[in-house]
Amino acid sequence: MEQLKNGVLVYIEQRGGQVEKVSLELLGKGRELATRLNSTLLAVVIGYKINACALEAVYHGADRVYVVDEPLLADFMSKPYTKALMLVTQAVTPEIVLIGATSIGRDIAPRLSVCLHTGLTADCTSLEIDETTQGLLMTRPAFGGNLMATITCPNHRPQMSSVRPGVMLKPTRDVSLKGEVVKFPVKFTPEDKDVEILVTMKETAKKVKIEDAKVLVSGGRGMGSVDNMPLLYTLAGELHGEVSGTRAVIESGWLDKDLQVGQTGKTVRPDLYLACGISGAIQHVSGMEESGLIIAVNLNPTAPIFEVADLGIVGDVTKILPLVNKELLALKTNS
Amino acid sequence: MKIVVCIKQVPDTTEVRIDPKTGTLVREGVPSIINPDDLGGLEAALRLKDSLGAEVAVLSMGPPQADVALREALAMGADRAILLSDRAFSGADTWATSYTLAAALTKIGYDLIIAGRQAIDGDTAQVGPQIAEHLHIPAVTYVKDIEKVFDALVVKRMFEDGYQKIKVKTPCLLTVLKEINQPRYMRVSGIFDAYKEKTVELWTVKDIDVDLNLIGLKGSPTRVNKSFTKGAKTAGKVFTVTPQESAHLIVEKLKEKFLIG
Repeated sequence: MEQLKNGVLVYIEQRGGQVEKVSLELLGKGRELATRLNSTLLAVVIGYKINACALEAVYHGADRVYVVDEPLLADFMSKPYTKALMLVTQAVTPEIVLIGATSIGRDIAPRLSVCLHTGLTADCTSLEIDETTQGLLMTRPAFGGNLMATITCPNHRPQMSSVRPGVMLKPTRDVSLKGEVVKFPVKFTPEDKDVEILVTMKETAKKVKIEDAKVLVSGGRGMGSVDNMPLLYTLAGELHGEVSGTRAVIESGWLDKDLQVGQTGKTVRPDLYLACGISGAIQHVSGMEESGLIIAVNLNPTAPIFEVADLGIVGDVTKILPLVNKELLALKTNS
Repeated sequence: MKIVVCIKQVPDTTEVRIDPKTGTLVREGVPSIINPDDLGGLEAALRLKDSLGAEVAVLSMGPPQADVALREALAMGADRAILLSDRAFSGADTWATSYTLAAALTKIGYDLIIAGRQAIDGDTAQVGPQIAEHLHIPAVTYVKDIEKVFDALVVKRMFEDGYQKIKVKTPCLLTVLKEINQPRYMRVSGIFDAYKEKTVELWTVKDIDVDLNLIGLKGSPTRVNKSFTKGAKTAGKVFTVTPQESAHLIVEKLKEKFLIG
């Protein structure tokens, strides 16, 4: 197989033949980095019966997609997936490898970094090319989002980073885009299957994915009590959005853990983020400050949330929200 | 069964603050705790010990102060505690850290290694899987339940959208979520024993078999180029008006941005 050096390689994560959104977001970022390096955007998809995923990668900008398609790979298993990704990476020798920081990406990326003896930077929120060294500048939060650190990998290749879902912008799907799809056969030995999958269960309940929401109505401690939470749902319903919350609200049991925004929760960038009774601890702000429009309502005029809000209202959110809901309802009935 | 739990002493990040004047991280007075996911791992190991009989050792790499975290683990019921502490280890990234821990684990001996999924200070979730790769043993991450069946373990591996039940033979490594259990409290007699009867073994670079070029800062492929606190986003307008006027301002803003019809 032809050795193509110095590209940017994106791991296309698929689950049951569906490409994870974060992988498409990485193709957007990968294209930008590849252009800066005057290089190509490569992708690799691993699984069984996954040709459609390869095409999705092309439609989102990949110049070439490597496909490892084997029956053994039907279910996610750490070791065979790591081996497949390692062999492709060794054959392609990319400058940069990008992997989504999902529960699968964060399983195989660290193993790959040891196999390849190279550096891996976790959960990056910004990736740029250094003007002088042409190296990758990987910026990530640490200390619960209190500190940002820019990490480099000067003497080892590839430079690897995992990136949180929702941080990079997904490119527009374009079916007129052309790319090459290359089969990459991998031989597995019985030792590669070092665990036995007994059961695979999809959670049946409809899961709200707040990182995909265009509008988030988010509650904090200022909501006062669980009895006030329906105010958020009414407003989210009117705005065709979802409800999310701060760590304090999740720990009080007012909302599910999946709906937590912030350093220990999800990073979101909706078009509208309505912060209701949220003071704006940095752990929270680091997870939502990229939102398009931020409207904040809080009793405390010095709350840090007002430093990132486009519109700030000093007041009691439990008094103001019912009036907003009423006004929206009136608008609807009038039109 | 011989179980080794890897623990890390971390600052309680919910207590970390930024000095508003200097913009720097305030670390003074921030309490140190055993990383929450690791504490779940320790409790899981102790439960296996309670039900089946096992020898539980705890291993940590860090500064001498990490002694406190290991004593806490002893007080909870761990049988043995080892602190890897040496200037030669400092500045290690996850690659060099996992390499160093793997060497110590080889010396200790193990059937099962348990690590927390991720530490709340670094949040990388890398060291656990990296240790498994250095040791060439099976690894299952994001574990929320562990059961022993005959010669193997059956574990529940969590995903964002479901879970797998996985059978894995020992020796192996598991990384666990703090949701796996509710850790027990230290008993008073346990605390007494942890300081009077038991010891924390201090290991330096001389105690483990490592390539000196692969540890500490020198053995780390990654470098911290710079660290900084976030600059604030430019603030918009803040209004203090009546609830009715407030509601109206919000609705007008939504109209202006075409978020409502």
